[in-house]
Amino acid sequence: MLADYLPLFVLFVLALAFVGLSLLVASRLGPSAPNPTKNAAYESGIIPERVNDVRASRFTVKFYLVAMLFIIFDVEAVFFHPWAVSLRSLGWYGLVVMAIFVALLFESYYYILRRGGLDWD
Amino acid sequence: MTVLAQTAVSGAHPEIAWAAISPELTLFGVAILVLMLDTAGEQRPGASLLVLGVTLVGAGLAGVATGAWVLPALAALAGVAQLALTARWRRRPRLLGAVLAGAGFVATIGLTAWQQATAPAQTVVAGMVAADGVAHFTRYTVAVAGLLTVGLGFGYLEERRIHRGEYYPLLLLAATGMTLLGASADLIMVFIAIEVLSLSLYILTGFPKRDLTAQESALKYFLLGAFSSALLLYGVALVYGITGSTNLAEAGAAMAVVGTPVGLSVAALALLIVGFGFKTAVVPFHMWTPDVYQGAPTPVTGFMSAATKAAAFAAFLRVFSGAFGPLVLTWRPALYTLAVATMMVGALLAVVQTDLKRMLGYSAIAHAGYVLIGLMSVSRDGVSATLFYLLVYAIMSVGSFGVLTALERRTHKAVALDDVRGFGRRSPLVAGIMALFLFGLAGLPGTAGFMAKFAVFRAGVEADLTWLVVVAVVSSVIAAFFYLRVVVAMFMDDEPPEAAAQPPLAPRGAVAASLAAASAAVIVLGVVPGALVDLASRAATVAL
Repeated sequence: MLADYLPLFVLFVLALAFVGLSLLVASRLGPSAPNPTKNAAYESGIIPERVNDVRASRFTVKFYLVAMLFIIFDVEAVFFHPWAVSLRSLGWYGLVVMAIFVALLFESYYYILRRGGLDWD
Repeated sequence: MTVLAQTAVSGAHPEIAWAAISPELTLFGVAILVLMLDTAGEQRPGASLLVLGVTLVGAGLAGVATGAWVLPALAALAGVAQLALTARWRRRPRLLGAVLAGAGFVATIGLTAWQQATAPAQTVVAGMVAADGVAHFTRYTVAVAGLLTVGLGFGYLEERRIHRGEYYPLLLLAATGMTLLGASADLIMVFIAIEVLSLSLYILTGFPKRDLTAQESALKYFLLGAFSSALLLYGVALVYGITGSTNLAEAGAAMAVVGTPVGLSVAALALLIVGFGFKTAVVPFHMWTPDVYQGAPTPVTGFMSAATKAAAFAAFLRVFSGAFGPLVLTWRPALYTLAVATMMVGALLAVVQTDLKRMLGYSAIAHAGYVLIGLMSVSRDGVSATLFYLLVYAIMSVGSFGVLTALERRTHKAVALDDVRGFGRRSPLVAGIMALFLFGLAGLPGTAGFMAKFAVFRAGVEADLTWLVVVAVVSSVIAAFFYLRVVVAMFMDDEPPEAAAQPPLAPRGAVAASLAAASAAVIVLGVVPGALVDLASRAATVAL
């Protein structure tokens, strides 16, 4: 029984070893000459406006709303796919259930819309 | 178990017992409705008409599909009623939300009573949801707590200017999660229900956006709650790893088989205990309780302490006393230790509190310890005693937080022990009601609290947990000190000079009605508990 978990354990050890080794090699072999530009965020290629004082800079929460909206429709797609695959066997029942599901999603969408979640300014 | 055969989905649509989960559906539906009406703003009657149309079409289709006309007819009636209410209070959205939420809780009680009278104890929806006594009783407790909370909180939220439209939907969604938690017959369902109720409560705790204490407590609650949910989920994963099922009946049976790896079972049970222990505020997983109870808006605190506890203990009961009952010798020592620590720490730390909300928070911890005795008895009496205790505690807890709500509206700050000095001379009626709730919480004879404690302690003694009961009695004696200290301060101390300028506290309307109902329940259930004890003992059926 416990032996079934051996691969999981091995994976766990390997993952830890990999992280540890990477950090070790990087710290030993890599030259270290940090400067503000190097430490700046590089995700999406957008340069932060105030690099030198990240803590004092404020960032807009609008991105968070976009992320929330993305999740709403992302989840919808996740549930649509299995329904599409078994559309015929589920028949009318599946259609009605999906209609309820979509109605509930649109309820959240309506809420966001009315609360101004889509107004950028 | 019998349902498993029916649930093999063979291309056709799965069997869903809509009637069995109608209380949850009602709470959820009303939550969505209230949110929709609030969001619709000025077009409220139009939105209401749309909802009525959808309700009528849905009810008609359901009637055609099932051939049963009772539920569709009720749904249509409810649709017409909500249209009338919307037209009546078009300009007062908060009142509309409160009335609809109250109606939702009343409907939940009615539907539960109907289900209890007609449906046999079984599991439905592919073994995910249990329709048994524990589920029904939890629904009663949660709905009663919710109904009282709606009545007690309205004016308070108005005055603090935190009466936003999302309040009632969140309250109803939390209640949905709670009733579902009490009815969960599958560990995945337990997890989902806990998440539904927790997420709603995190937001409700942080409802006063500009209040730093509330923000701190909401963040604390969220971080620790997410952490405990993760631990619970690890426990579920381990149970699944051992038994190959998350269904409580199957997992329980498979865990009890000789030859199950002991180490893994212990780890799984330990993680589940941590998860449930957090939600029920059992020492040492209680750290969040006083802070969150103090920071949350007072009506929310009352609802949280009463209904969350009832729901989480119902699931705790179903999982440990029900499914893992055969493993009682494995988990009882751990819970024994936790129960002793919970009762003593809760009672002792409450003694040194001066903030009354914090004091009641620590008292809630001590009460969690008493409830654990009923749970650990693993007997029919234990189950019924636990259910009875949770209902009685819910009424007393919501009631005492309700009086604090009323007091806070007068003092405009957190109520400390010094603030209630001489309160009984100025407002004898309200102070008397508060004293009644405190007597009940202390477990004095003549109140419902005594009957509840007696039932739990008796179940404990019959299950050979005599020493635990002795600890509980010692803890109760300590607890009596800080409850009675408040009563003494209210009735025997002199008023501070600045309080003399304030008018006496005379609640009206919904607050008065809720307080009257709660205090009447505490007295009636204390003097003639027969009917409810009977209901609880009949409800002591755990369907797996």
